[in-house]
Amino acid sequence: MSVETPTAAPPAAEALRAPAPHASVFQRIASAVGIDARLLGMLAALALIWVGFQMLTRDFLTARNLWNLMVQTSSVGVMVSGMVLVIVARQIDLSVGSVLGFVGMVMAFLQVEVFPLGVWWNWILTVVAGLTLGALIGAGQGFIIAYLGVPSFIVTLGALLAFRGGAWLVTTGRTVAPLDTTFQIFGGGINGSIGATWSWVVGLLAIAMAAWFTLSARPRRRKHGFAVKPLWADIVVVCLQAAFIAAFVMVMNAYPYPGTTVPRGIPVPVLIMFGIAVLMNTVVRSTRFWRYVFAIGGNPEAARFSGIPVRKITLQVFTLMGFLAAVAGIITTARLNAGTNSAGELAELSVIAAAVIGGTSLSGGIGSISGAVVGAVLMESLRNGMVLMGLPSALQNVVQGAVLVLAVWLDVIYQKHRRR
Amino acid sequence: MNTARLTIVALALVLAVAFAPGSAPQPVSGAQAITVGVSWSNFQEERWKTDEAAIKAQLSKMGARYISADAQSSNEKQLADIDGLITQGAKVLIILAQDKDAIVPAVQKAKAEKIPIIGYDRLIEVAGVFYITFDNREVGRMQAREVYKVRPKGNYVFIKGSNTDPNADFVHSGQLDILQPAISKGDIKVVGEQYTDGWRPEVAQKNMEQILTAKNNKVDAVVASNDGMAGGVVAALAEVGLAGKVPVSGQDGDIAALNRVARGLQTVSVWKDSRLLGTGAAEVAVQLAHGTALDKVTGATKYRGPKGVTMDSILLKPVPIVFTNLDVVIQAGWVKKEQVCQGVDAAKAPPACK
Repeated sequence: MSVETPTAAPPAAEALRAPAPHASVFQRIASAVGIDARLLGMLAALALIWVGFQMLTRDFLTARNLWNLMVQTSSVGVMVSGMVLVIVARQIDLSVGSVLGFVGMVMAFLQVEVFPLGVWWNWILTVVAGLTLGALIGAGQGFIIAYLGVPSFIVTLGALLAFRGGAWLVTTGRTVAPLDTTFQIFGGGINGSIGATWSWVVGLLAIAMAAWFTLSARPRRRKHGFAVKPLWADIVVVCLQAAFIAAFVMVMNAYPYPGTTVPRGIPVPVLIMFGIAVLMNTVVRSTRFWRYVFAIGGNPEAARFSGIPVRKITLQVFTLMGFLAAVAGIITTARLNAGTNSAGELAELSVIAAAVIGGTSLSGGIGSISGAVVGAVLMESLRNGMVLMGLPSALQNVVQGAVLVLAVWLDVIYQKHRRR
Repeated sequence: MNTARLTIVALALVLAVAFAPGSAPQPVSGAQAITVGVSWSNFQEERWKTDEAAIKAQLSKMGARYISADAQSSNEKQLADIDGLITQGAKVLIILAQDKDAIVPAVQKAKAEKIPIIGYDRLIEVAGVFYITFDNREVGRMQAREVYKVRPKGNYVFIKGSNTDPNADFVHSGQLDILQPAISKGDIKVVGEQYTDGWRPEVAQKNMEQILTAKNNKVDAVVASNDGMAGGVVAALAEVGLAGKVPVSGQDGDIAALNRVARGLQTVSVWKDSRLLGTGAAEVAVQLAHGTALDKVTGATKYRGPKGVTMDSILLKPVPIVFTNLDVVIQAGWVKKEQVCQGVDAAKAPPACK
């Protein structure tokens, strides 16, 4: 995961905003280094929660639990990247949980009852079919929203009902299991990790990428007349990122397979989650598509008048969301090793909550992928820790609901403070 | 949307509901035929279709007429449905209540018209109502019994159903009926216990992962309340290489679960053959329509509900399906042999797959 600045304003302007005269030391340092103070605040809150759970349970900060936590987050973590864009574009998608369930069910059905079992191409075709179906569903919803003018709240609410019913209809409620063994790798189960060596390869690549991204931007900025941060600040950022990634790989490698000392390494679903977040944050972020989405969210009227194809972009945003819901469907189905018609129930709420906790504004125009992924980890940490403590499920829901409201309230205070 | 349009939409909805296929009267087959009215709470769920087929088949065998209505999960609609069934000439009512309390006014009304009522599967705790169901507490007992047979000592985990569903507690109290003595003696230690929101397998999986982490895999047995959740538990056990080594219970006779039983990954799936329930209800209905007193119905016993109302009832016994008696579900035509035995290692196959 890369540390980033919020994407509301162009990165340069945001990062180099002069600190207000009465800003705290914390804000001054954050501002000089160019890390979003809000993201830092979230990471601090996350650290606080983790330490708190560690003191209460003694098991929370074990490699094993952190490994589990990451896998448990991955399904929501994959979808949250798409949800940020949906919300930034001033839309909402309530259907992601149902689409996840429906696509998961269709894939399980195809895999076990349509395609012959045990052939090598079974899982590939299933995955391709699932992803295509997800994208098509997203595109269909996007079309109704963008071209037929039905509000996204209604379209996706309808889809929430329809695809939940659809998930049931695929096999009239019957659970489909067990699934293809190769397919199960996507769930991060007993064979679903990449091992120590490959984890380090991935980790080092990520560090190299982060360094290249930060340092290669310097000459480009200078050339285009943007202010350039002091070199020490950039080096601090890169070192922090490198330390973060290395620590992550070490933790993932510290959890061995049962009865052995062979490290598991990064689980495949977690790799997918971070892969998607990084892709969105780098490749997609440098596209016109991304800038248009934020422009539409910031001011839809102005966007239309300045010739941005608002409808087309809206359609694309929902297509992307549907695709990501299908990816989450793959992860959830593979992890459970079964297609069940209840998969993904209420996931839409977790995804929206994660995006909002991560600093995405429900009024559109503001949002950050990194923040949203941290938000997803934060929400899942609460659930994970509370079950470790053995709290009853009703109480868990109360706490999660309260934290959601509290987090957004703190964010509102922070925003007001910053604007002054 | 303006008010006029809203009214039209509302009217259209009302009409659509009123003329929905389930509620349309069917032709009378004979002047003397008994009409049995069945009020379903929600036909969306697969299993009620099985029940309906069984009721219909048994009624037609006995020369009775079947009429029905589907309340589509609405308490209000179910009240109207029951009025409608009485209007259509139902001489006896079989009611699958959407809500055990909200149904009472309709029941009282039917009672006033001297129409016998059979509470189907879900308890309607009103004196004078006949109750037919599978014994949910017995389901819990069977689950616990089978797990206890395999692991009479050690660390136990309870994965319970949804905390909004009274059946979750019935099942759990049955489990404790069997295990409480061993728990009190200290042979069994309960190291984890969680309700599962909406009986969802993925929630059960996460909960099981957390319990395994907290207890550092020192879990000897898992009493899960249904098959879907048992699937989640087995997936969590598989992640740490314990699948097949820790006994796991379930219920429903899901195909996936029966397959797990055949593979040795799940210890028991308690099977409730809903066709027996349907057939039983149809038989009781015809007896009651002929004027048989509630306590004279064949096989009737007394049942005391949680509120203390004593009712005449038939509590059907479920069947625990384990490795050695998988042939029961196959011979009953519940599932096909290929489905149960799919992917089973021939060397370790259960008798039913040989």
